[in-house]
Amino acid sequence: MRPGRVAGAALLALLALGPFLPMGGMRQYILHVLIQILIWSFIGGAWSVMGRFGLVSLGHGAFLGLGAYTVTLLWNFYSLTPWIGGVAAAALTVVVALVVAYPCSRFQVVGHYFALVTLAVGEVVRLLIIAERNWTGGSLGLSLKPATGDSLLAMQFADKRVFYYASLVLWLAGLWIWYRVDRSMARAAMEAIGEDETAAASVGIHVTRFKMGITMLSAGLTAVGGVAYAQYISYVNPDTLAGIGVSLRIVFAVVLGGMYSLLGPTVGTALTIALGEYLRVVFGLRFIGMAETIYGLLLILFIIFLPSGIYGSLRDVVARFVRPARLASGVR
Amino acid sequence: MLELRRVTAGYGHFTALWDITLRVEAGEAVAVVGPNGSGKTTLMRVISGLVAARTGELVFESDSLAGRRAHEIVSHGIAHVPEGRRIFPLLTVADNLKMGAFQPSARKGFAESLVRVYDLFPVLRERQKQRAGSLSGGEQQMLAIGRALMSRPKLILLDEPSMGLAPVMVLRLFDLIRRVREEGYTILVVEQNVRQVLKLVDRAYLLEVGRIRMEGRAAELSEQDFVRKAYVGL
Repeated sequence: MRPGRVAGAALLALLALGPFLPMGGMRQYILHVLIQILIWSFIGGAWSVMGRFGLVSLGHGAFLGLGAYTVTLLWNFYSLTPWIGGVAAAALTVVVALVVAYPCSRFQVVGHYFALVTLAVGEVVRLLIIAERNWTGGSLGLSLKPATGDSLLAMQFADKRVFYYASLVLWLAGLWIWYRVDRSMARAAMEAIGEDETAAASVGIHVTRFKMGITMLSAGLTAVGGVAYAQYISYVNPDTLAGIGVSLRIVFAVVLGGMYSLLGPTVGTALTIALGEYLRVVFGLRFIGMAETIYGLLLILFIIFLPSGIYGSLRDVVARFVRPARLASGVR
Repeated sequence: MLELRRVTAGYGHFTALWDITLRVEAGEAVAVVGPNGSGKTTLMRVISGLVAARTGELVFESDSLAGRRAHEIVSHGIAHVPEGRRIFPLLTVADNLKMGAFQPSARKGFAESLVRVYDLFPVLRERQKQRAGSLSGGEQQMLAIGRALMSRPKLILLDEPSMGLAPVMVLRLFDLIRRVREEGYTILVVEQNVRQVLKLVDRAYLLEVGRIRMEGRAAELSEQDFVRKAYVGL
């Protein structure tokens, strides 16, 4: 076996055994941080499915919020199980993504303009949630109606370990989808479209279809991430699940880790969440906004000096020293 | 093989092409010449489906092309080499050629097409692992033509192949296009370099301000006083 595979298997075993390792009184806290990392990594991966092809969305909070609120409202008002509600949430989000992305594609709204459109969409969803306060709870947010005890049907569990394993599975599924897209014809087509849409069309690529497909996939997965997050926290809030703030946080984590590599979004998310927790513990309430300031600075430095992110750059360095022959023969 | 009847097209309220009637027979090389802004590129974009015709008929091998989108046109056997080459600069030469065979119908004969393109343009074989953006202008044009050939077309649309190339390179490129033609492809080429292109093709159309002003055999056209003065520079 190659060293990379051994490391991967070891990491996976560690993750699988994680909740049973001795952690003293920190267990609940560490599990909470790990669950957050897994869910947000999944969401970051969902973003990078389209972001890596130049479809930079600054409004994925819209999809996240749609997913989280749809499933929560269906449960609270109609007692519809999140298993079905989650599917409905993803379907609704995919439709919304289509409504936004189709005109963008037809009228060649690309690059910066596309980013601005999505930025607005994220805000629109946040403002809609706040405006419809009679049933969404407005800016105060909304708590998930508690089920009686642990309930698989309601996706509610008292034990964090259940959520830990659920989010581990979700994260692995996200990686698998990312990998499948990476190995598909869609990747070749999307790379060509990202470089030059006219040229892509002239070699026979159905530009609109591929862009729609990848956007819908990304939006749907993001909605699923929103559902998972809502079920875990059992509270939804327009500021944490929609709007500019969360949208940019997703983008930042992915850019930091590297959007062109399988594990980049995960590494970036883990680092940003760890950094956020660290700053929160060190500075407490004294320097509110410190974490954001440091994020902002890092983001600028990364975009300039490490465009393929921490993980992506590390991987390139390792590849250069360990496998010069493979690289020279054009194998990535 | 290709026939346009009274085609009108444009962008928004602006009409770039008026009543274009034009035909290309199988095995022929035909040029559309004319000054900047005469609608040459729009004409190519209409044929390749990037711009929709407003009125008129487009027929390719007895199939109507009206209302077809670009990707469908490619599968009909028309390959467009767009103006300004439009290669994928960050992909390697080999990957650019691979993208040319994106359509399922082209993927089947991929290996054979690749050998054919590399034989026509040996420099592409040498540089297959290089990023396409690092090629010289002439090599990029060869790559653009090679990429079009990868879709196994019957008709090739060449839009301003000599644009931005050094004079020596222009001569070499026209030689190569001549060889492509000898391979049995039908060619419709749009050019500003009227003198060179008229040596290459059988027939030509003169396009001015969106209308066809003149048509005829290439040799006859280049003898016309009007064409000589305005375009050939003799």
